[in-house]
Amino acid sequence: MRIELVKRKEHSELMSLTSPLIAVGLTALSAAIIFAISGVNPGLGLYKFFIEPLTQQWSLEATIDKATPLILIGCGLAVCYLSNNWNIGAEGQFVVGAMFGSVLPILFPNFENALTLPLMLICGMIGGALWALIPALLKTRFNTNEILTSLMLVYVAGLLLDYLVRGPWRDPDGFNFPESRIFSDAATLPDVFGGLMSLSAPITIGVAVILAVVLAKTIKGFEIRVMGESPRAGAFAGFSAKRLTLFSFALAGGLAGLAGTMEVSGSLNQLLPSISPGYGFTAIIVAFLGRLNPIGIIIAGFVLALSYIGGEGVQSGLGVSNKIASVIQGLLLFFVLACDTLILYRIRMVSRRASGPAAEVSHV
Amino acid sequence: MFEAVLLTVITAATPLLIAALGELVVERSGVLNLGVEGMMIMGAVIGFAVANQTGSGAMGVIGAVIAGMAMSALFGFLVLVLVANQVATGLALTILGLGLSGMIGEAYIGVPGLRLPELYIPVLSEIPFIGPVFFQQDAIVYLSFALVIGVTYALFRTRAGLILRAVGDNHGSAHALGYSVLKIRFMAVLFGGACAGLAGAYMSLAYTPQWVENMTAGRGWIALALVVFASWLPGRVIIGAYLFGAVSVLNLHAQAIGLGIPSQFLSSLPYLATIAVLVLISANRRLTLVNTPACLGKPFVPDR
Repeated sequence: MRIELVKRKEHSELMSLTSPLIAVGLTALSAAIIFAISGVNPGLGLYKFFIEPLTQQWSLEATIDKATPLILIGCGLAVCYLSNNWNIGAEGQFVVGAMFGSVLPILFPNFENALTLPLMLICGMIGGALWALIPALLKTRFNTNEILTSLMLVYVAGLLLDYLVRGPWRDPDGFNFPESRIFSDAATLPDVFGGLMSLSAPITIGVAVILAVVLAKTIKGFEIRVMGESPRAGAFAGFSAKRLTLFSFALAGGLAGLAGTMEVSGSLNQLLPSISPGYGFTAIIVAFLGRLNPIGIIIAGFVLALSYIGGEGVQSGLGVSNKIASVIQGLLLFFVLACDTLILYRIRMVSRRASGPAAEVSHV
Repeated sequence: MFEAVLLTVITAATPLLIAALGELVVERSGVLNLGVEGMMIMGAVIGFAVANQTGSGAMGVIGAVIAGMAMSALFGFLVLVLVANQVATGLALTILGLGLSGMIGEAYIGVPGLRLPELYIPVLSEIPFIGPVFFQQDAIVYLSFALVIGVTYALFRTRAGLILRAVGDNHGSAHALGYSVLKIRFMAVLFGGACAGLAGAYMSLAYTPQWVENMTAGRGWIALALVVFASWLPGRVIIGAYLFGAVSVLNLHAQAIGLGIPSQFLSSLPYLATIAVLVLISANRRLTLVNTPACLGKPFVPDR
């Protein structure tokens, strides 16, 4: 038996919609196998991981809380990937955004008024955008590979945060713990909908919807998609690849920075040596699972957020390592990418005997 | 003192050297596997676990190589058979590797490790200065020297190497000549996985003989940058790896001397150096374009 790909004449619309679902299904199947290997009833494991977080109010809120940064970062990354810019350093942009957003509440704790929070969010966006512009500028100016540079900057950002929190930004009254001072109320993101969720959720949904409209209905959105699919055609239309690289990186970095600031001001209320359970990397999966479409990304963000809460659930409830969450995330991305093949190709199984002599030489 | 510094440079450089050589072969065949970090960390954890279970460092190394190859086979299936996006699949490999290694390694946190024994090469190890630095090392260091020579020879002096480079430079023509592009690429990907696994084993069995989560700390990514630095020539990988080895042990020795620089800044030097080197190399188009495999990262679907 061997697998052969037959190119479809057109993209399969049906498969565009169903391939993420197939991928999620296959991931659940693999998760069941992993649970079985770990000596846990697979049905119970799957329930605890994927369903239970949805059944209680606190866990549902926690899921939304985890989903917002993923959606926000994923939206920005989608613009990068659509335009063929491989920004994989969102984790660093998130961290730098959080640091910029924390300048006001940490260095000027007495500046407490209605402007504090908006200024913090703007600072965070600027910080993330600036950090993202480094690989973008290096790409446009020196032709440097943006994958490697954006990724290296993740490590640099992490070390910078570590330095600040253990050094100059350490809480003077914090008994020498490596953490910043607690943010004042004015610097804390308020809860909305009767305390059900923080303000970050409506902001995130708003950003995603705006981006969906921009991508689908405006010239800018057209430019992004054309340049991603055919840079030559885009150049004839007068679009500049370099400007788009700078734009998409700045946008992605800005959104990651916004997510970073909302995380420290909403969930953590202070800077810690580590502020992200890998949101920047998980958001890459979110972007692909959501088919690089902001509305799809909202749904995908919830699915991936479940994996964090579900991971904690199976750890405390069933004694399975909470690392299973990252394993499942990795598998999910694999299946998403594998299933994407179905959109462009039809898969045909060919048995060795049936194939003609001409096909004998071919592959794997 | 200087001798001791050089020794640490070699230990720091060896995993970079091995992983980068493997990736160089992969890229020469026209495939970009960004999953080196994931394969390496799997090599590190499996190497540690197997060595711990069997009490044999050699078994650990073999286990790590197999783990790296298994990971790369997964990658190969996706990008070669299913024509999945190479960049995204490489990322997936890294994300999966980091998660899986964390899960497997949880049982081994804080467990004392096994250090690979040093093998003194008779006569050569007695040469003053050079002897202790280069010929009183563990087997993997010698293997890394052999790999540089072997890969250089195989790529540029053998028929198989010629075919591999042809596949990477023009898969259409290679296919028309009757070579199985995908089979050759798959072999190259497996070789890259084996090297990454070996590099990982070196991390957990020689560099720091213990298991720590995420202990590869971006070395897989630096190895990728080294391939660019070396402009796809194996001889230059050795220069790059030792240069980076030197930068990454700077932290250790600066602390010992007592420089007043915060450790985080020194720790970030290898990453900043990677960026700086990439900029210097990439800005010079002549240098990069001459050896870059023309089909690097481009998918190939054979027509039938």
